[in-house]
Order: sequence, then C-alpha cells, then structure tokens
Amino acid sequence: MIDLHGYGPRLLEGALVTIELAVLSLILAIGLGLVTASAKMSRNWVAHRLGTLYTTIIRGVPDLVLMMLLFFGGQIGINMVTDWLYARFGIDIFINVNEFVAGVLTIGLIFGAYMGETFRGAFLAVDSGQIEAGRAYGMSHALVFRRIRFPQMMRHALPGLSNNWMVLLKTTALVSVIGLSDMVRVAAEASKATREPFLFMIIVAVIYLLIASVSEWFFARLQKRYDIGFGGHD
Amino acid sequence: MDSLLASIEALLADNTIFTLDTLSYYGEGLTTTVQLVFLSLIVGLIAAVPLAIGRGSKRRWIKMPIFFYTYVFRGTPLLVQLYLIYYGVVFVEGIQDTWLWVLLEKPFFPALVAFSLNTAAYTTEIFHGAIKATPRGEIEAARAYGMRYSLMMRRIVLPSAFRRALPAYGNEVIFMLHASAIASVVTIMDLTGAARFVYARYYAPFDAFLFVAAIYLCLTFAILYLFRYLEKRLLAHLKPASG
Repeated sequence: MIDLHGYGPRLLEGALVTIELAVLSLILAIGLGLVTASAKMSRNWVAHRLGTLYTTIIRGVPDLVLMMLLFFGGQIGINMVTDWLYARFGIDIFINVNEFVAGVLTIGLIFGAYMGETFRGAFLAVDSGQIEAGRAYGMSHALVFRRIRFPQMMRHALPGLSNNWMVLLKTTALVSVIGLSDMVRVAAEASKATREPFLFMIIVAVIYLLIASVSEWFFARLQKRYDIGFGGHD
Repeated sequence: MDSLLASIEALLADNTIFTLDTLSYYGEGLTTTVQLVFLSLIVGLIAAVPLAIGRGSKRRWIKMPIFFYTYVFRGTPLLVQLYLIYYGVVFVEGIQDTWLWVLLEKPFFPALVAFSLNTAAYTTEIFHGAIKATPRGEIEAARAYGMRYSLMMRRIVLPSAFRRALPAYGNEVIFMLHASAIASVVTIMDLTGAARFVYARYYAPFDAFLFVAAIYLCLTFAILYLFRYLEKRLLAHLKPASG
C-alpha cells in the first residue's frame, strides 16, 4: 500500500476545502456574472462603463496579485472603515477577515468577470423573436426571463461555463499561498516533511483530474438537458 | 542618464515607499518575469509543433501518450506542477553530482521547466485544433499535386494552421504572463515577488500590489495590441470582402 505517513486524513480534509471553496466561488461568480452581463448590455452608460472596467481590469491582472491585494489589503481596508465608523459614530465593531471567506470572495470576484463575458455572449445569442413571442403572449419581463431567456441563454452559456469552472477549480490551488489549508498546501507541507514530493503531488494531481472528470460528465448531462428540442449538439 | 535619474529622484523626493531603491526591485522583477515568460513560450512553441502533428496521428501509440500528457498538464494546477518539479528535482538520484545541478539549484530553472511543459500542453491542443480545421480541399489539392506528407505539412497545412491558431495563441500568451506570477511562490523575484517584498517591508499592500497590477495591465494590453496587429496582417485574407 501507499504510505502516506499519516497525512491521509489531512489530505482528504484539504480536498474538501478545495471543493467547498470552488463550489461557493462558482455560485458567487455566477451571480456576479449575471449582474455584469446585464450591466454591460444595459443602455445606461454608467452601468455599461462600470461593467467594462470591471471585466477589463480583472482579466488584465494575474489572479495571484488580485488575491494578495484583496487578502492582505482587505484586512487593512476593513480596519480603516471600522476605525472611521468608531471615530465618527462611536460604532465599535471588529471584523476579522477569515482566509476561507477571503478566498471565496476573491475567486468569486475574479471569475465573475469571466462569467460576465460568457453570459453576455449567450444572452445575445438568444433569438429576439423568442422574446417578442413571449411578450406577445402577455408574459411579464420577469416571466420572459425565467421561462424563455434564461433557459435558452444557458444552452449557449454551458460550454463557456464548464470551461470557466475548470479554470476556477485550478485557480483554487492559489489559496494555499495566502495560508488556506487546501489540499495543495497540505501536500506541500507533507512533501517537505517526508521528503517525498512525487508521492503527495501526484496524489493531489490525480484528485484534481478526478474532480475535473466528474464535472465534465455532469456538464455533458446538463448540456443534454438544455439541448432538449434543439436536436443534436454539434 | 544621470540627469534623468536626478529628475526621477526629485519626483520621488516626498515618497516613502516608491523610492529609487524599491523601483529598482520592480525593474528587476519585470526583467525576470519577461525572461521567464518569453523563454517558456519559445520552448513551449517549439515543442508544441511536433506534438500537435503527433496528436493528430492515426497511430494510437503516438496519439495516446500525447493526449495523456496534454490531459494531465491542462487538468492540474500549474502550482502543483511547479511544486512537483521544484521539490521533486532535488530527490532525483545522483542529480546533485551532474552538471545539470548548476542550473537546477536556482529556482529559476525548475520554474522554467514547469512553465514550458505547461504552455507546451496548451499550445499543442491549440495547434491540434487548428490543424484539424484545415479545409479538406487544400489537402486534396496538395495530394493532387503529388506532394509528400512532409511537404504538404510544411507548405500547406502548417502555415494556414498557424494563422488560424493566432487568436487562441494570443490568449495563451496572456495566460502565461498571468500564470508567471506563481513563480514568486518558489522565491523567484519576479514582478509579483518584488511586490510581495515591498509589501512585507513597508506593510503597504495597496501601494505594493496596485502598482504591480498596473504594470501587469500594461503588459497585457501590449500583448493584446501586438496580437491584434499580427491578426490584421496575417489574417487579412479572411476578412469579409466589403470590410
């Protein structure tokens, strides 16, 4: 058997941290992405500019730099705000930035920009005749969004979404640098302590490949579901 | 040169963080980042051409190992690959007695190896896709002229595939620039490493990281415009006639 020198349980915990982090960031990124896509398609030029600025800056700067900026700067920034609140209104609060929350916020913020681009393209790909037909049936804007625009948008967005998810999953490895105990950090510690880097890093690589394969299967099923009524997907 | 330095010094006179000293760290970091990215892209590019041709081969024993290589390197984080090579290389039996050790001792070379392997995997897939998209008529025409496989590859398939791959390859270059920030994790003083140093020294995260983010943003835009220019030049024949 493979001897993990007692690092097995910690490695599993780390894998769970990676998965939790990735899923929570994905949810945040999808929410942010929908908002960004709407902002970029909006006729309001302030919203349009803000959306463009957000996606341009995020996509032009390395993930690791953004992560360090938000993680190291975030605490100081929050302290500055709470200090100001205390001095001005006498409100005494202390907010401690937890590594996990910081990780979710940063990764969500980064991938919100990528998701925004994906969703924008997908929304534009929905046939406008469909929306007009929905309106002609007397559906409200909200109902048209829920029943017609969103499901059809997802059909076009899924390939990009699955791609973004794969990149996001790999980006979670960076949180090990800012001190979160994900599986990469556990493996790095174990490599140094046991002097067996090949063993631990290859295990981590295999876990990443496993998660990627499972998600590939899941996205293929999802695509099938959203393709119903459109014949084959080519 | 001296007057230029003097004028910069005067400009920075009432600045506690961005002194000439720290700016020189950023300058060195910029050189390291550019070297690392440029060298790994060159190595990756050279390796990717034969790999992409092999990836499309009909023979399974050529195709499968290349597919496995790209699958593994594209499916795992670059940080894990870097750790594997950076920590792993020390434990290879007898490596410390060979001439290779002179190079591998410094973190720069393990990082270069990891980055090259990574970008080669992505570039292989990009080229493979571009080669597969070669119009059938072009291949048939080459065959009809009696070209051998190698001549057809060299004269017909590869030149047009490179052009088709250009937009995707531009994205890969930007991706590599951003990925190179990871080098700072194994104590390389690249741009991000310089920012981390300045942050640690002055405890000024906003100054240190916003400045370096601005540099990366400029580099990204420079690459973007370079590729846009190249696309305009090399893909002019694909533009709609009216445009």
